[in-house]
Amino acid sequence: MNVKSFNDLVEISEKTGEDLHKVILDWEMLDTGYSGERLIENASKLFKVMEEEYASKKDKTFNTLVNLTGTNGKKMYEYIQNAFVGEKVFKAATIAVTMAENNASMGRIVACPTAGASGVMPGVLLVLEEYGISRERLVLSLIVAGAIGKIIALRASLSGAEAGCQAEIGSATAMAAGAAVYAGGGSARQVSNAAALSLKSLMGLVCDPVGGFVEVPCVKRNATGATLALLFCDIAKSGVESVIPLDEVIDAMMSVGRSLPESLRETGRGGIAVTPTARRIVKGLSDKFKISGD
Amino acid sequence: MISILDVIGPSMIGPSSSHTLGAMRISKFAYNLFNSIPESATFYLHGSFRDTYIGHGTGLALIAGLCGMDTDDPAVAKADEVSKRSGLKYEFRSIDLGDVHPNTVKIVATKNNLTHEVIGSSVGAGRIKIISIDSIQCQVTGELPTLVIENEDVPGALESIVRVISLNGVNIAQVNLSRMSKGSKIASMILELDDRLDNSIIEALKMLKVVKSMIYVEALNC
Repeated sequence: MNVKSFNDLVEISEKTGEDLHKVILDWEMLDTGYSGERLIENASKLFKVMEEEYASKKDKTFNTLVNLTGTNGKKMYEYIQNAFVGEKVFKAATIAVTMAENNASMGRIVACPTAGASGVMPGVLLVLEEYGISRERLVLSLIVAGAIGKIIALRASLSGAEAGCQAEIGSATAMAAGAAVYAGGGSARQVSNAAALSLKSLMGLVCDPVGGFVEVPCVKRNATGATLALLFCDIAKSGVESVIPLDEVIDAMMSVGRSLPESLRETGRGGIAVTPTARRIVKGLSDKFKISGD
Repeated sequence: MISILDVIGPSMIGPSSSHTLGAMRISKFAYNLFNSIPESATFYLHGSFRDTYIGHGTGLALIAGLCGMDTDDPAVAKADEVSKRSGLKYEFRSIDLGDVHPNTVKIVATKNNLTHEVIGSSVGAGRIKIISIDSIQCQVTGELPTLVIENEDVPGALESIVRVISLNGVNIAQVNLSRMSKGSKIASMILELDDRLDNSIIEALKMLKVVKSMIYVEALNC
């Protein structure tokens, strides 16, 4: 089973009639020696961490490390009923922001696929569960998301320092969109389409954190990811296909990442990180946090 | 080899896998050298660790690791209080370690007049590379049990040590050798092992005539 692309997994599933998650579990067993049982058990534990953390933090404010965020999740939580985009989507965005603020305040998070993008997946999964999809199915969908992320890691990168925010929030969104399709009973082909459509929509997104810290704009980009994931899940399930297949989109993402200047790859030296306001903020911070022995 | 579990996890304390989780794993490696919480420690921060250590919680993560805490323990955010209770005194200093990874820290820690020094880099996605243990250069990931041995620099020293390990069915994954100075007749070796060593094997190694001193470091459990 020589898997080099997500399409390999989809084709095996289509040819054999085997469920996509079973094809993925077989692949993982051959590749890493981890049994399907062990994978499902560990994925369930990760899901539980997402669930517990959100349940205990959902209407709280956070004292984040550099205090540029921390109250947005609570504001959004109190607004859910008024949301024009609808309760489901707004709730997903709210969970995503809350978990990202939890991350910024040294809370416990699941790096799925990275700490900076750790709000996207719980945003999507927890909302799907609230609206009727079983935990069992969602855990399998999380594994499908993992396979999308693993293909991105193998062919490209999941690191903002290497390929920009498209590799972090972009990858998280593709993973969550694919998971949402699978959770709702979509086909393997639709999973692949939802992931491709999401990643295309975030192609080129730069990594430009103010001061280099995981707060601005990272926290709110998690809302972008959760929202787009649900949108492209529906678009893919309606029958819309991505003209460019997922694996080619992933390769294109990496080549865009390589051509991004270093200033736009997690150095805090480009994009919104060098706006006048950001410079003022960073100056204030560096006056506050001087290390001894300099 | 990447596992799906590495992609959808781990569960960790935020905000950054490189600046928080990786930093904590380096200092947890230092903790494992003592197998207990040291009395005092100095963290020398290099590069990006030096420039952004507060905003990334790197300082708290380093303290938490040296207190032996788990990498997803919510109390990591209050590691300064934990260290007070355990009597660990620490300070942060800046340092230029030269041509090393930007996320590098040198930890010098002491307990009962015994001092250990570890230099480690956080190389991305929470993975680390220990590049020096007690001034012996090495390339250690911390993911495997590690042996740090000071031995007599005589013919057959390596062979006699390796024999004890392999006769007990444990495979050696990686060997780092170095010599303090030819005149002193003292050399060092750092071995990474595929499996844990039983106490009896550890004792048998310590009994060897060529072994001057030895530390067995458990694999990082997270």
